[in-house]
Parts: sequence; C-alpha cells; structure tokens
Amino acid sequence: MAPHDMNTGDAPKIVGDPFKMPDLECGASVDTNTYKAAPEHNEPLGFPGELLDNWQEVAIAKIGELAKKNRAFQVYLDTCVKCGACTDKCHYFLGTGDPKNMPVARQDLLRSVYRRYYTYAGKYFPWLVGARDLTREVLDEWYTYYHQCSQCRRCSVACPYGIDTAEISMAAREILDSVGVGQKYCNEIIAKLKRTGNNLGLNPKALRATLEDLEEDLEEETGLEVKLPLDVQGADILLITPSADFFAEPQIDGLLGYAKVFHAAGVSWTISSYASEAANFGMFIGSYENMREVSWRIRQAAKDLGVKRIIFGECGHAWRVGYSFLNTLAGPFDFLDQSYPIPQHILEFTMDEIDKGTLKIDKSRNDEFVMTFHDSCNVARGSSMGRKEGGQFDLPRQVIKAVCNNFHEMERDTTRENTFCCGGGGGLLTDDLMDLRIKGAKPRMTALQQVTKDHGVTHMAAICAICKSQFTKVMPKYGYEMDSILSVHQLVSNAIILDGQVDPVDED
Amino acid sequence: MLSIVYAVLFYVATILLVVGTGMKILKYARTPAPLKIPVSPAPRTRRGVWMRMGREVLFFQSLFKSNRWIWIFGMLFHWGMLLVLLRHLRYFTQPVWWWVELIQPIGVYASFAMVLGLGGLLFRRIFVNRIRYISDPSDYLMLLLIIGIAVTGMGMKFVMPVDIVAIKVFFLGLMRFQINELPMNIGVLLHLGMVAFLMIIFPISKLIHAPGLFFAPSRTQVDNAREFRHLSAWASQLPPLPEGIPKDEKG
Repeated sequence: MAPHDMNTGDAPKIVGDPFKMPDLECGASVDTNTYKAAPEHNEPLGFPGELLDNWQEVAIAKIGELAKKNRAFQVYLDTCVKCGACTDKCHYFLGTGDPKNMPVARQDLLRSVYRRYYTYAGKYFPWLVGARDLTREVLDEWYTYYHQCSQCRRCSVACPYGIDTAEISMAAREILDSVGVGQKYCNEIIAKLKRTGNNLGLNPKALRATLEDLEEDLEEETGLEVKLPLDVQGADILLITPSADFFAEPQIDGLLGYAKVFHAAGVSWTISSYASEAANFGMFIGSYENMREVSWRIRQAAKDLGVKRIIFGECGHAWRVGYSFLNTLAGPFDFLDQSYPIPQHILEFTMDEIDKGTLKIDKSRNDEFVMTFHDSCNVARGSSMGRKEGGQFDLPRQVIKAVCNNFHEMERDTTRENTFCCGGGGGLLTDDLMDLRIKGAKPRMTALQQVTKDHGVTHMAAICAICKSQFTKVMPKYGYEMDSILSVHQLVSNAIILDGQVDPVDED
Repeated sequence: MLSIVYAVLFYVATILLVVGTGMKILKYARTPAPLKIPVSPAPRTRRGVWMRMGREVLFFQSLFKSNRWIWIFGMLFHWGMLLVLLRHLRYFTQPVWWWVELIQPIGVYASFAMVLGLGGLLFRRIFVNRIRYISDPSDYLMLLLIIGIAVTGMGMKFVMPVDIVAIKVFFLGLMRFQINELPMNIGVLLHLGMVAFLMIIFPISKLIHAPGLFFAPSRTQVDNAREFRHLSAWASQLPPLPEGIPKDEKG
C-alpha cells in the first residue's frame, strides 16, 4: 500500500469506498507505538512501576488467572476457527493494511502464547497450531498491537461465535500492566482521576470557576439565569458527564444543552466535584479493580449529595460502563428513586421531555446545518437506551430529527451496529498515536464524504467525548473544518427556546 | 486382529470425545463472567436470547451478514455434515428408525454439499491473502481430514461398495461390548481411522467451537444490566470500598 501522507494538511479528496481492502503490508504499523507509563503512573493503579525481572513467569500465570476469572476470555481463546470473517472489519486494518491489525491476527498474538502454555496441542506440537514462547519480542508486539485496538467490537458483530477482540485486548493490557508495562496515556489519567475526581485533574475550585464562566455565557445567550450547579446537596439529579464537557469544543456546547433541557424541564440537578468524570479508563486497561474504584466515586457522590437519580452526559465508553457495568461495579442503587432507569442517559431524559412537550423547539435555528449522525462504537455495541432493543440507535436520531430539519444517514454498513470507531477510542486518543488515529478514521471519513457528495451534508453529530475530540483533530485531514463535528445536545441547545429567553441583538 | 485394534480405538475415541468435551463444557460453564457484555443490540429477555442463539446456530446469522462466501461454504458443509451424520444412525440402530430411513437419499446428496463446502473453505484458505495469513498448519489439516473422511465415505458408496452389513454388525457389537469382524477393506479402515482421530482431537482442537459457541457471553447474555444486578462470585469477595465521600476529599 502506498503510504498515505495525510499529515501534510492538504485535504485528500477521497470520496470512495469505506470498505476498500488494503493490500497486506506486514509491519506497516509496527513502529506506531504509544508512550509507556512511568513508575509514577503505574504504581497508583496497583501495578509494578517497571518491567519485572520475572515478567515472563508473571505474565504466563496472569493468562491462566484471567482464563479462570473471565469466561469470555477463556471461551474466545478456545473457539476461534480462523474462518476469516472478521479480517476485513477493523478500521485500523482498513486504514493501515498491517495484517496484525486484522482482529483474528490481533487475538492470535495472545492466543499463540496461551496455546503454548495452556493447551495440549500447543505444548507438544507448537508448530502445528502456531503456538509460540513468550519472548521479549512477543511482549513488545503485544504492547504495539493491543494499543492499536480501540475495543470497538465491530469484529465481534461479524464473528459467528461472537468472539470479542475487545475482551482479548483488555486482557492483554491487564497482563502488560501486571508485569509493569503500562501505557502512559491511560494510566496517568486513571491516577489523576483517583487524585482529583476527573481525568483532567481539575480541582473543585477550578471546576466551580469554569462552570460560573459557562453560566455567564448562558446568561449572555439567553438573558436568563440558567444554572450549572456544583455539589448541591439534595438535588434530584446527579449529572455524571465527561470532563471534556467542561473545557473542550464541541463538548461544552453539549453541556450547555443539558443545562437548558434541565432548566426547561424544571428539575433540580447538580454536578459533583468528587465524581466529575463519566469516562472510566479502567475499562480500557481491562482492570476490574480500577474500573470498580472509578465507578464507586459515582455511588459515593450520589449518596453524599442525597440525589434521587443519576444521569450520564454524552460519552461513549462512559455509557457502556454506566449502562452495562455500573450496577455490577457500584450497585445496588437501592437508595435512588427506582421509577427511573439507573443510570439514565441524557438522551433518554431529553427524549422524554420532547415527548411530554415540555421543550419549546424552533428547528429552523439549525437550518445552517445539514446533519448526519455517527454512532459511537461503545454506545452502539456495548449499551442500549430507552425501553426497546436498539434504542441506542433510535433515540439520538429521534432527538436530532426533533431539533433539525436536515438529516441524512450514512451508508448502512457504517452505521448502527456496523458503525466504525472514530479511530480514537479505547485509550488511543493521544497525540503519540496521531498517525494511527488519522488512518483509523478513514473508513468513517470516507462514508461521510459520500453523504457530503450525495446530500450536501455539512456536519456530523456524535454522543461521545472521545469521538468529538478525535474528529476535531482528524476531520481537517479529510477536507472538513474542525468544527464540523457537533454534540447532539449542541443541536438541542441551538433549537430550544426557554421561557422568557431574550436572544442577543446581533451587533454586526 | 485389526478388528480388535479398531474396536479398542473406537472405545478410546468415544471416551476421550465424551469425557474431554464434557470437561470443557463444565469448565466453560463454571468460569464466571464478571461483567455484562452482550454485544448490542441484544435481546432484553431470556427468550430473546434463545431466539438469537437459534438464528446463530441454525442459520449462522452473523456470518451471513459479515461474509457471504464463508457463509455459503460453511452452511453447505455444516448442514451437509449434519444430514450425513443423521444418515449414519442406521449403523447404530436396529431396527432403523423411520425418519433415519426417510433421510437416506437426502443424506447421500448431502455428502456432495459437504465436500463442496469444505472445498470452498479450503480454496479460500489458500487463495485469499488475509485468510492464508491467519492460517496455521492445523487449519489446513483439519479441513483435509474432514474432506478425507467425506471422500472415503463417498468412495464406499459410489466407487467400491463395501459390506455395510458387516460394518453394522461390528458397530452394533461394540455397543453391546462384543467385538465382531470388521471387513478388511482399505476404504473402511481409512474412513474409520480418520473418524476416530477426529473424535479424539475434538475436545482439544478448534472443533470445540461447537459447544463453545453456547458460552460466549457476548451472544448469550441478556441485555438487562440496569434492571438486574449481575455479580460474579469472585467480585463479590473484593474488599468493600467506603460509602460516602471522605471528609478531607470534599470539594
């Protein structure tokens, strides 16, 4: 494959096939490596600071331990028949052409070692079943390629046995961590969260100041006192939202959207400084214990503030943890109001308000946008919403259509359960992996270019903080402005008209 | 003499197949799933999961959506093999069950479907770059082994017929712990030898995907994590974390 030089800033105009098969190029992305964690990043998470002397022994034992503790890991290692159905499903494979980015090949990096030490065939006939010893080279290869998987589960949908590479990739990272080879990006962030309550390391004072600034913006925009309450005892609703919502565009506009919806619905709500983060990076590194600790802060905050409900903001992986794991990790939530789902997604709340007719909406306020919607991988394949199967696809679309006039779908094989990851999920949203992120975004960007060509789509909405940050960075490489990615609640925010709202006078 | 060898071989193969597969199934069943990880959209009810698994097992639903060629060859092979296996029940039942009688002619055609499917899979394994890349020697050998079994079986049906009554007497005997004479025919010996080998390696090879499929949490779990708390035994033993926010950490 000819190397795609996408870093030049020239927008490649590649309206084409999102599924275009690359030629296999062995080692194409072997040199794309993310920074390793220093001891001060590893140790707060309970991992050895540096590579252990007896790392080999520890890693092999860890494989056995995980196989005993996690049915998915055990079954997935055993049942693959190498049929090849997954081989063309990974966006990183489609983007890089490196065969080790084919899901089954990625699994095999670990499966080959499992076979060598834990199966009859691998112990006595390693050459027959592709079993291999755990060497330093193998460990390095794990580090490289398990950090080129965004755990998006697109391959799992394709697999006749439901084998989920995300589970293998999480286990591999857990094994790497257990011998002292952590990834800086994830581990530093988890350590930061344990200190401050959010991934950014914002202390409560800074958070309060930020929210006050945003309240001023809202007052300028609407002429109303729309609040962004922090640590309010006895509020009804605790909002758990990704910390990117406090500082990054377009996430902030989403946060303002939630505030307006809450305001219009007339509910009392609050953010917690102690649990000021929805994202749970414990999932990315496959650490149940760390994921539990991060989740537990939400329980602590909810109890301490005496809230009745928990609502999650727009964040993909957070919603997977929230929807699928929170009850397990930090439940039971018997102290909350049982008449609402625990936790609830902001879209479920907004949709209910739209259905009830509480929100006054002027769709024409979004007429400058021709929208499409990017299904975020972890919402699409790791969670749900609403009362019906598939609600995670329908609710965001219903909300967008309720506040926008112009909406077009991208190709069906790239949406809903077939959606492509943005290219930055699973702990890969770090600048040292920028090259991989750009290449991994290619299938999604190609599908977007198609609807731009066919329907004049100008903007794409998403409900994930990682997607939003990733697209802000990579869309310019594909011929779009960096602000072509929007929060769904940004659209809600634009269209909603609050009671007594006074629009600012246009000074131009 | 060879009859005794084959008799012992089949007793051993049967024990290894049943015990080995049983142990694997027990292991999968006893290994906890710490988290709810159904790949969504997933059914919200147990009944829905049964339907989902039914579509997967009978029609290879996911494979149908993800790769049409593998699906076609896989369906031909697996359904063909099922009919062929059912047809073979006539060697183990006396009198032969009526429905086994009924499917005899279909079973014959099914063998062609089976070989065609296997051939297609082998072709793809050799000629599709991506699949060749992920194939180990055992992946080819497994296909060749099953092709070998099918072809020798078809050879005895279509090319050089053998004394199937004697073969039936041999197997009915084994089921009653008697060793009768097995016809000394190269086709019979090859066919049965390969079948016994397949039975032996079943539990320790990728063939375990057959029962394994029923234990994949991504497909078999009900999507109801918010309604029902799922907790594994080992996770319930983790040290408790503090309730409420510690005073010194309050904002």
